[in-house]
Amino acid sequence: MYRYDQYDQAIVDARVAEFRDQVERRLSGALSEDQFKPLRLMNGLYLQLHAYMLRVAIPYGTLNSAQLRVLADIARRYDRGYGHFTTRQNLQYNWIQLKDAPDILAELAKVEMHAIQTSGNCIRNISSDQYAGAAADEVTDPRPWAELLRQWSTFHPEFSYLPRKFKIAVIAAPKDRAAMRLHDIGIEIVRNADGQQGARIFVGGGMGRTPMIAHEVRDFVGIDDLLSYLEACLRVYNRFGRRDNIYKARIKILLHEIGVDAYREQVEEEFLAVKQLGLDPPKAEFDRIAAFFADPPFQADAPDTIDRSDPAFALWLDQNLAAHKQPGYAIATISLKPAGGIPGDATAEQMELIADLAERYSFDELRVTHAQNLVLPHVRKADLYAVWQALDGAGLAEANLDLIGDIIACPGLDYCSLANARSIPLAQKISNRFADPERQRDLGELKLKISGCINACGHHHAGHIGILGVDRKGTENYQLLLGGSGAEDVSLGRITGPGFDEDGVVDAIERVTDLYKARREPGERFVDTYRRLGMEPFKEVIYARP
Amino acid sequence: MTNSPLRFRDEPEHDEPAVTLDAFLGQSNATAVRIEAGEDARALLPHLDRLALVEVSFPSFRDGRGYSAASVLREAGYRGELRAEGDVLVDQIPLMRRCGFDSFAPAQPVDAAALARALEQQAHVYQGAADGRSPVWRLRHG
Ligand code: SF4
Repeated sequence: MYRYDQYDQAIVDARVAEFRDQVERRLSGALSEDQFKPLRLMNGLYLQLHAYMLRVAIPYGTLNSAQLRVLADIARRYDRGYGHFTTRQNLQYNWIQLKDAPDILAELAKVEMHAIQTSGNCIRNISSDQYAGAAADEVTDPRPWAELLRQWSTFHPEFSYLPRKFKIAVIAAPKDRAAMRLHDIGIEIVRNADGQQGARIFVGGGMGRTPMIAHEVRDFVGIDDLLSYLEACLRVYNRFGRRDNIYKARIKILLHEIGVDAYREQVEEEFLAVKQLGLDPPKAEFDRIAAFFADPPFQADAPDTIDRSDPAFALWLDQNLAAHKQPGYAIATISLKPAGGIPGDATAEQMELIADLAERYSFDELRVTHAQNLVLPHVRKADLYAVWQALDGAGLAEANLDLIGDIIACPGLDYCSLANARSIPLAQKISNRFADPERQRDLGELKLKISGCINACGHHHAGHIGILGVDRKGTENYQLLLGGSGAEDVSLGRITGPGFDEDGVVDAIERVTDLYKARREPGERFVDTYRRLGMEPFKEVIYARP
Repeated sequence: MTNSPLRFRDEPEHDEPAVTLDAFLGQSNATAVRIEAGEDARALLPHLDRLALVEVSFPSFRDGRGYSAASVLREAGYRGELRAEGDVLVDQIPLMRRCGFDSFAPAQPVDAAALARALEQQAHVYQGAADGRSPVWRLRHG
């Protein structure tokens, strides 16, 4: 994985010093909260319902064990012993004190981490495929591209006060594991007819109040032009994106209002001008970055078979494993979704155990997924049983990847100052209702996603089943959506009708899954049956009067 | 609004008042213009050689259009004074400098010591911009 050189380190260290100075000015009263707010937000520090929340960037979801151990240590020393992995592959601490924030950033900087641009109206942490560099189906490792973008977007002078936040995802496989087309800019690395790699650029996706799927704006941008092309994309947005209404300020609204063709024309024109400026680094810089992502020293003759004689282990294998590009290896997902648990939360002890496993069995590498799980990307098949036993001993061997228990949920009203409703207790209730592993397996792939308000941090639009918390005359109410997807079959969920209270929505989910079981055809996932049958029969069972 | 601006230029302050973009485009002898946040800086490009001062308005520190306006003007070769006026915060000035602003008229007084620290904070930058600083990739590869 990428390692900082003297320049990267100097930039992050300088940022820590700067923030320390700003916090001191705030604590001394020289800065008012109003003046301090934009500064702390640029460093990922939010003021939430009960305390400060610090969001740490995990660029493209890649971590090593030393980094995860530091995250665990911070959780123990400065928080309440746990952290929360987010849908943008970041980590949040919920109980931070302002006076500690500079020290925490200093601890992070020691292991080449930071909280830069994890909030604010700027280019946020670049997200990517959690199986990057390991997946059997990838064209190439997307992370060198993502790292190039991380550097380009860090403290970008022109794009630090955009109309609204700006999210970029980079993938390089036909299977979309990063909800790429629901980002402001989604990039798919492809190979053209000449065998060259380049970026296919999608613009204007997003969730929130007005969910939209990104449009293809360019089918191929070579690495030599990528930064200039993105400068052009962002400049058109920065100049013409709406600033009069916070709900219409994302780039998706600009594309919607002027049309993708007009946007493309403006970008192309801007690109011709920007391309003259020499903003694109030489190929040698890309190669320098890419060298950090070279394959680890795989054992060439690693056995490709697995002893499946332990039935519980076999179930975990069937659910939580993905195909690796290297024979004899597998990608293993560690579910952070035990029945009744808080999706995405991990204790310091769990983080440390997982760090140990990564160090011992996965070439020191770990990934965070947008579905709030962790991944050991490079495990020898021969080591899987040992890994599973260690996980099982720590209650981390839940075999529910992509099943109904693998719920995405935002922090909701338990923490978030913008929330309308709680997400966590609802997620716990649903996972308890469907706790029976056999029942979950029978329902098959079913992506359930919960947001505590219209901001959609829990990706409810992209859930096969989505839940949106709303405020109805002062009480928490939940709307149900069906048919969304954040994968390569991207689609937006539709609201079923009137909302429910907490128990009502759990019952409604049970009814739609019962209907699916009754009506599914062989091989159909829940979302396939929904797409074939349409909303009506689902509505009927949900709202049927007894 | 342009009382003793904070300047990073050697030549004396331009003393002609800035006119609106419409007024500027309608008369041929003005040498100073003010553009509002929503106005298109590109409209000035045919006239850069007669301009000595462009004042770019920041109605709110959140409104970042002026950063692009400045970049567009500098990229097109504008060499005159480029002033950021309005809700300009001390911690924004380093970014504005990078986009080519060399003069500042903040609505709120700026703490000189905090500004000096802010300007010195980052010895390195990741991307090329109008200030011509070498991005780290150039330092890495010569
Ligand atoms: S979706 Fe709403 S409630 Fe949930 S984390 Fe985002 S802003 Fe908060």
